[in-house]
Formats: sequence, structure tokens, C-alpha cells
Amino acid sequence: MIKIEIDGKLIEAPRGSMVIQAAQQAGVYIPHFCYHKKLSIAASCRMCLVEVEKVPKPLPACATPVADGMKVHTHSEMAVTAQRGVMEFLLINHPLDCPICDQGGECQLQDVAMGYGGGDSRYEEEKRVVSAKDIGELVSTQEMSRCIQCTRCVRFGQEIAGIMELGMAYRSENAQIMSFVNSAVTSELSGNMIDLCPVGALTSKPFRYTARSWELSRRKSVSPHDGLGATLAVHVKNNKVMRVTPVENEAINECWISDKDRFSYEGLNSAQRLTKPMIKQGGKWLEVEWQAALEYVANGLRQVANSAGADQIAALATPHSTLEELALLQKLMRGLGSNNVDFRLRQTDFSADGKQAGAPWLGMPIADLSTRDRFLVVGSFLRKDHPLLAQRIRQAVKKGAQANIVHSSGDDLLMPIANRIVIAPSQLVNTLAQILKAVATEKSASVDLADVAVSESAQSIARSLISGERSAVLLGNFAQQHPQAAQIAALAQQIAELTGAKFGYLGEATNSVGGYVAGAIPSAQGMNAAQMLATPRKAYVLLNVEPELDMHNPQQAMAAMAAADMVVALSAFKHQAMEYADVLLPIAPFTETSGTFVNTEGRVQSFKGVVKPLGDARPSWKVLRVLGNLLNVSGFDYNTSEAVRDEVLANGDIADKLNNQLTGVAIQAATGVAGLERISDVPIYSTDAVVRRAVALHKTPDAAAPCAMFHTQTMQQLGIAAGDAVKVTQGAGSVVLTAVADDRLPVATVRVAAGHAATAPLGAMFGAISVERA
Amino acid sequence: MLSEHIQQQIQRELIKYPAEQKQSAVMSALRFVQDEKGWISTDDMADIAAYLGMAPMAVHEVATFYHMYNLKPMGKHTLTVCTNLSCTLCGALDTVKYIETKLGIGMGEVTADGKFGLREGECMGACIDAPLMTLSNRKLCGRLTPEKIDQILAELDKS
Repeated sequence: MIKIEIDGKLIEAPRGSMVIQAAQQAGVYIPHFCYHKKLSIAASCRMCLVEVEKVPKPLPACATPVADGMKVHTHSEMAVTAQRGVMEFLLINHPLDCPICDQGGECQLQDVAMGYGGGDSRYEEEKRVVSAKDIGELVSTQEMSRCIQCTRCVRFGQEIAGIMELGMAYRSENAQIMSFVNSAVTSELSGNMIDLCPVGALTSKPFRYTARSWELSRRKSVSPHDGLGATLAVHVKNNKVMRVTPVENEAINECWISDKDRFSYEGLNSAQRLTKPMIKQGGKWLEVEWQAALEYVANGLRQVANSAGADQIAALATPHSTLEELALLQKLMRGLGSNNVDFRLRQTDFSADGKQAGAPWLGMPIADLSTRDRFLVVGSFLRKDHPLLAQRIRQAVKKGAQANIVHSSGDDLLMPIANRIVIAPSQLVNTLAQILKAVATEKSASVDLADVAVSESAQSIARSLISGERSAVLLGNFAQQHPQAAQIAALAQQIAELTGAKFGYLGEATNSVGGYVAGAIPSAQGMNAAQMLATPRKAYVLLNVEPELDMHNPQQAMAAMAAADMVVALSAFKHQAMEYADVLLPIAPFTETSGTFVNTEGRVQSFKGVVKPLGDARPSWKVLRVLGNLLNVSGFDYNTSEAVRDEVLANGDIADKLNNQLTGVAIQAATGVAGLERISDVPIYSTDAVVRRAVALHKTPDAAAPCAMFHTQTMQQLGIAAGDAVKVTQGAGSVVLTAVADDRLPVATVRVAAGHAATAPLGAMFGAISVERA
Repeated sequence: MLSEHIQQQIQRELIKYPAEQKQSAVMSALRFVQDEKGWISTDDMADIAAYLGMAPMAVHEVATFYHMYNLKPMGKHTLTVCTNLSCTLCGALDTVKYIETKLGIGMGEVTADGKFGLREGECMGACIDAPLMTLSNRKLCGRLTPEKIDQILAELDKS
């Protein structure tokens, strides 16, 4: 530690830290624009000039390392003169259009000019004009003249997002921020540039000119999308969500959020919102009162239970539902005598049920990811499925960690990859067995994998993992949705055990852990999500579910829905259910209800509703509570969602319920599928009902219509060329897609996205698929 | 695509730098392209970026920062006249005006026959010989007078 003095205050700062950081620690504010604690130091704005004793000129606090005995003055005459001078220079070319600027009221330049600038300007000449650039649908550069060249957006791209899409072209007076040949910024983290921009040069395209910052009330919430559960500030005006920004939370999202978290709010205000309970009678949808709708549901369910047995009733919920909703749904089903309840809709291998010691989770705190030095990520579209977890791994790799990837697609992760094995889905188990065998050989442990031949790359991954001190083995969504998910998990766990690595699951959705905690899984005599569709039930209760988009096998799901006597859809949106459902109950999305999400690290995060429910929509925990009462199920007397939560969490610490330990899974390493195999990802903006309706996100390249992607070699074998229309068939359903060449895929596979209306007629996310020229 | 010759030149340049710092060769790579084609298109920048494993925007930043890179065709002979302080004090603006009238083009333009292009340059570090210009970034011509300019242009015209 080094002792320095700032404005007379004695403070200690770590060696190598900068004066501005030491000052911040001591609570002394030094004005700045280009400095940002998460980015590299540019020292380009010069706003943080301070006086250091025995130095004849002012020094930039952001780029001056602390030294023993240093005496810093931030308000001395020299410092103030320098700051005032810099401020005047910065304002020379900055348009004074604050009244019509979208950033007005929350602008760093405005604030600092107020505090450190002069009241008027001596500059009377013309200001420079920078033309607007089109960099995509999310970030607007309409007023580039306001840019003060701090380059925060450029450094963000290079250092955090991992892809340099913006840069500062030309120089001196002509310098301007632009993308290469006006290409769009495509990073899934791009919205953070809006927050980083200290002026109104980069603004939010969907939000622009819809509200002033002082009209908005800022309410804390939790992201309902990926497993991270980022802390959000939801900005509300007139009972409407106007925008979403991050709340700094070092343990979870640091100071970032993904574009999905930021712009999905548009879905909340979608015209497709369901605002009245509806009943289908004589093939027509009628809007009815809640009482009538609920009684209809209660009668219907009771009838099915009485005539066909309670096990003819099945309940499906998405893992984006809250802990309270999932808990009440399972309690209701069990009260009715049915054990058929599940939230793991995209899972297909349930053989780990009963063999798993607890709820599968990340296996470590999220922040720990940043300190790992070896990674083995199995089956994950990491960047798109977990944008900010990928960011953490990227930062770890930057600090010297090695990332090893085993997956069925070689997508660019925007970080250096130590070893990568890309194999067809059916080879995943075998590949992990190879790595395990290699690890076991190196560690002289015995494993029963005699017929497995270890490849060179599996050997390299094994060596990489063994050489680390803080390794992590992580299973992505793809691995969890895989038809041999249990074997994959068992192998990954053994690899982790032998290498001393932490073993974890990257949670698919915000409440993937919470679903287990809530008990929304079938017990031994109940049916899981796959069984409920394979053996169709007479009645289905759907909580937030759009079966053709949320289920592992949409074809099967739709057949089951169509054949059912009664389908009750609790949904915030009017969707496909209009065709097969009998009742639609309008429920509140996360902004309109209180609730709890348990994120992938097992953190219990409760939140309150930030706006009133739209129309007649009601929080679904209330709907389920009343249904419980109507059906005379005991124990449904909750008055608040907190009471539900407390009951769920009452028996024991949450940490006791998290356990990845898996025992008794038999490994069959030798597998092979003849013919073409399907590889499915769920596109980043198709994961849940809210984001599917976010307009701006759906204009980005990430939301482009699904196509059929092949390795060039596979295309030659099939006799098709890139750009051809191909007919893709699974079971009874087929769709026509455009063929695209992607040599990062393994041969004899075709990558077709799931979770999208265009591919909903197809079957399971994995397995055999056939392709022919359309 | 970068021509075989350019790729060879870049390869030779890369020997000077550590293998993981290929981007150190970006300025040379841009120069090789300009030497061969006379100017650097954005397609060339993208090719260089791919070749050196850089972001295209990073190459674009370098190419637009230095004034000796031509971002559009600048004729067979590019005359770059320094207009910084020392040269201007010694009459650089008159030099510019003379060349403009003589060639019938303005700053940043190329003669109709594609022979001459005129650019504004930054200090060339030879203020003792002001006013100055360079010929296609290669030859420095100092103490410019109308007669000397006539002579230089006549010689270039012949070549």
C-alpha cells in the first residue's frame, strides 16, 4: 500500500493504482469523461487534471500512478484553471442543444460543465458538424456532433464486447466515431455503449424522444431472461415501462446488461398483450369476467379429474415464471391429485431425475467465473445464451485463463480459445469420455472406458485442465437439452472431480434453479415434460408457455394440444393458443407482479411490480391462489407473494438445495447416428414470450429468419448449394429454409434454430432430420 | 484479395514482429497496397484486416489517421503540399494557388487525364526548405518557386 495525500486527506492506495481511483476511495470526486473503471485508460479528455506538488504542470489523475508521499490538490488554483480550460475546449465544438438533446438531464457533460465550466463561451466561430451514421436498430448516432471523442464506446467494443465495431477514424478536428463502412454494430452487449457515452452522441434508438429523464421513476427489478438474473432499473412513466438500464451489481452483472435485458421491455407494451380473460365457446372467443373464467377452469379441471382421473391433467410452465408461480402451480396440481408438472420444457433426457442430489446450479458464485484459470465449456452457444457470463469468461481469458470448448458448432466466441472440439451431437458423450480417459490416464486414476480411443485434441484439453489451479467445467443449454444430457453431466462431473475443477450448469433461464426449489418437477409417479407430450393428457394447464416455441419437440407438443379436451393458457400475450386453448387467462409479466427468481448461482432475488397490471391482467400467483380456493385445495390462503416465497424457502437454507452431484448414471460412450443430425440453438431473441415481441431487437441480425446451415462438404453430399431453398423434414412436418454454408459446423449435421415460428412444424431439437432441395 | 506480391511483402514484414502481434505490420501493409494500386479502398482494408487478424475498423483508423495514405485514386503523380505554419509563412498558399491554376484542379482533386493529383500535407520536418511538397510520398522538393514547379511538372509530364 502506498500513502498519498489528496486535498489534505491521508489515504492508502494499492501500488499501481491511479490517483483518480485513490481519490474515489477517499470520497473525493475528480471530474472525468474518458475514464471508466472497467475500461482501459485513454487519458484523452484531460478533464481530470489535478495539481501534484513538485510537478510543474497539471497531471491527468486517471493516468498518474500513485507514488509514496504524493500530495494531490484537486481544487487548487492550478487544478481549477486547468479544468476550466479543458471544459471550455470541450464545449467549443459541442452543440449547446441541451433542451432538445435526449441525454439532457442525465448528461455527464452537462453536469460537469455546470460544476467546472464557465458561464459563457469566448468561442464565436462555427462549430464542426459530424454526419450521423447508421449503426443498427438499437444505438442511434443521429447527433454525432455532440461527441467529445472520449472513445469509451470504442474501448468497450474492444475490451468488453470482444469485437471492435466502432473506431475513431481520421484525426484532430476531423476525428469521428464510426463503424467500418457504415456496418451495423452487432454485439449482443451493444446497448451498454449508450450508458457509457457521457454525452448525447450515442442514444437509445427505441427510447429516443419518448420521455425526459426527470419524468421517469426508476424502479429496481430483476431480469426475467437468462440464468444470470441481472439487476435492472426499470424506468416508468404514466404506468408504462419506458426503458430499462442496468443497476450496478458487481456480484452479478457488474455494470452491464445484455441487449436482451435492455430492449426486451418493448414486448411488455406489445399490441399482442392479453388484457381480458377469454373463453372459447362454439369456436368463438368471448371476453368474460375473471369470476366466470376461473369457475370455467375449475369446473373443467374437476370434470377431467372425476371422469378420467387426475393424472390426465398436466401442467407445464416456463422457467421464466417466478418462484411463487411455480410453487403454486405444483401445489395446485398435487392438490388435484396429479403429479404431472414440469418447467424443464426444452429438456428431453430426464434420466438424471432421482439421481441428482439437488437442484443443478452454476456450482460457484457468478463472480468466481472471473477468477478461474481453466475452462471447459460443453455444449453452449455461450455468447448468445449467456452474454454476460461469456463476458466474464472473456475477461478471465484476457488475464491468462485457457478456454476449452466442446460443442457442435464452432461459433466465434470473440476470445482466444485454447482447444476446441466440434463434433456432431451424437459424438458429444464419446468426446467427453475421451477427455475423461485422458485425464484419468494423466492422474493415474482408473475409469471404465476401455473402448474409447483418445484423440489428440481431447488429450490437449485434458492437459489444459490439469495444468490449472482454479478450473471450471460448465454445461451449457445445448448440453442440458441433449438426448444424453445425464451421461454428459456424469462425465463432466467426473472430469471436474479428477481435475479438481468446479462443476456447474449454465442456467438456461432466469428461474432454472428456482423451478427445482419450488418443486415444480414431477415426483417418481408423475410425468415429466417429455412424457406429458409423448402420452397426451386430456387437460393441460400452460403457465407462460407457447408450446410450439418453448418445447423440445414442438410437433409433438402441438399434436398433444390439439388432441386435448381442455387447454388452459395463463399467458401475458395472445398467441398460438387462440387455436387450441379453451381458456385464456391474462397474467402479468415480471414488471407487473411481485415475485422471486433464483438465478444460476442460487441467489434468491425478490422484486416488486413496477407498474400496475395492464387491463384486467393479474399476477399469476393470485390467479393460481384463487383457482386453488375454487378447487378446494387446502393451504391456498396466501395474502401476499412474500407469504408464498417464505413458505417455499422456509424449510432450510437455499444453499442446501443446490447440488450438482449425480450418481448412478451408466455411460454408453460408443454411439452413432446414421445420416443427417439436427443441431438446434434457441436464437437469443426467441427465448421467451416477452423478448419474442420486442420490436427493435427483432430488426437486428441476431433475429434474422432461421436458415438451414451446413458444412460445405455436407452440402456437396446433399447436392445443394448456398442460397438454395431446401425442404427440411422431421417426422410429419417440414419447412422450407434457405441453405447457408457454415464450415464451423461438423459434417453430416444441419443447424436449424428452434424456438422460432418458422421452424415450429419440425420435431425434436436433436436427432435425425432429412433435407432435400425444395 | 491481396495480390501475391503484397502478401509476400507483408510476410517479410511480419518476421520483424512477435507472432501474436501481427497487427504491428498494418502500416507497412497499407503502404504495399498503395504502392501497387495507388490508393487504398475499404475492400483492401478489410483484406488487410483479415490477413493480420485485426478488426477492419482498426485498419480503417490507421488508414484515415495518416495523410500519406490515399483513400481515393490520386492520379499517377500525387503532389502533396505542406500547408503547416512554417511553409505557410514562406508562401505555401501561393504555391498551392499556382499549382491549382496550372493544373486546373483544386485541393484533393485529380486532373482529367489522371496524371496529377493534389493533396494538402502536414509538416514534413524540413522547414528550412519551405515551402515544400512531396511527389508521390517519395521525393521531397523544397524552396518552391513558380519556375521550379513548372520544371518539376514538365519532367513528370514526360515520365
